[in-house]
Amino acid sequence: MLGSVIPIALGLVTAAVAMSFWRLLCGPSMPDRILALDTLYINAIALLMLLGIHLGSALFFEAALLIALMGFIGTVALCKYLLRGDIIE
Amino acid sequence: MLEYLLSFLILTGATLTFIGSLGLLRFKDFYMRLHGPTKATTLGVGSLLIASALFFSSRNVGISLHEILITVFLVITAPVSAHLLAKAALHLNLHSFAKMPAKSTKREEGTDDDAMDTQTPEEKSSSSDTDVPRKPV
Repeated sequence: MLGSVIPIALGLVTAAVAMSFWRLLCGPSMPDRILALDTLYINAIALLMLLGIHLGSALFFEAALLIALMGFIGTVALCKYLLRGDIIE
Repeated sequence: MLEYLLSFLILTGATLTFIGSLGLLRFKDFYMRLHGPTKATTLGVGSLLIASALFFSSRNVGISLHEILITVFLVITAPVSAHLLAKAALHLNLHSFAKMPAKSTKREEGTDDDAMDTQTPEEKSSSSDTDVPRKPV
């Protein structure tokens, strides 16, 4: 059951990554691109979790946690740059 | 039994992630596009993380709590980043397809409008330099 579900889920999440990457490439404004980056790192976490279940290895959690932390900091920094014109004042 | 639950959680999570990114791709407006990833994708990834926690808790000895940590972190940070993104979009005066809220009808006259008029210079003086007044699009 799991062996047949995980490839479908991997396909769906890969399609989600492709769609958010398309929005990142042709987003009309800067907040669109930041939102696409935000979605991209969340999709990367989903992909890592699926890969961890598929391979049965628990080594991906730390990578996912680091991606979550750094992605949030990156989003906040880019938004602060758009809002204030500077990140650290 | 656990396998069916895991399969359900994984399929739900992947489908929700897909729907969120589809919303990011297909909606017309930034303020509409903000809805998809911040709600659907966060729920989908949370469901996938809970599935992973159940899987590794059933496989190894003891409970696996890394995924719960990541889930809590994502659930806390998603509204903050959405709020900052909306604030940046308002600051940049992005075009919105939503209509402006309808003006109040002139049935009751006097007090409310006067109160509004007296508020505006006060707001202007108290607002900081970052707040750019929004122009109606």
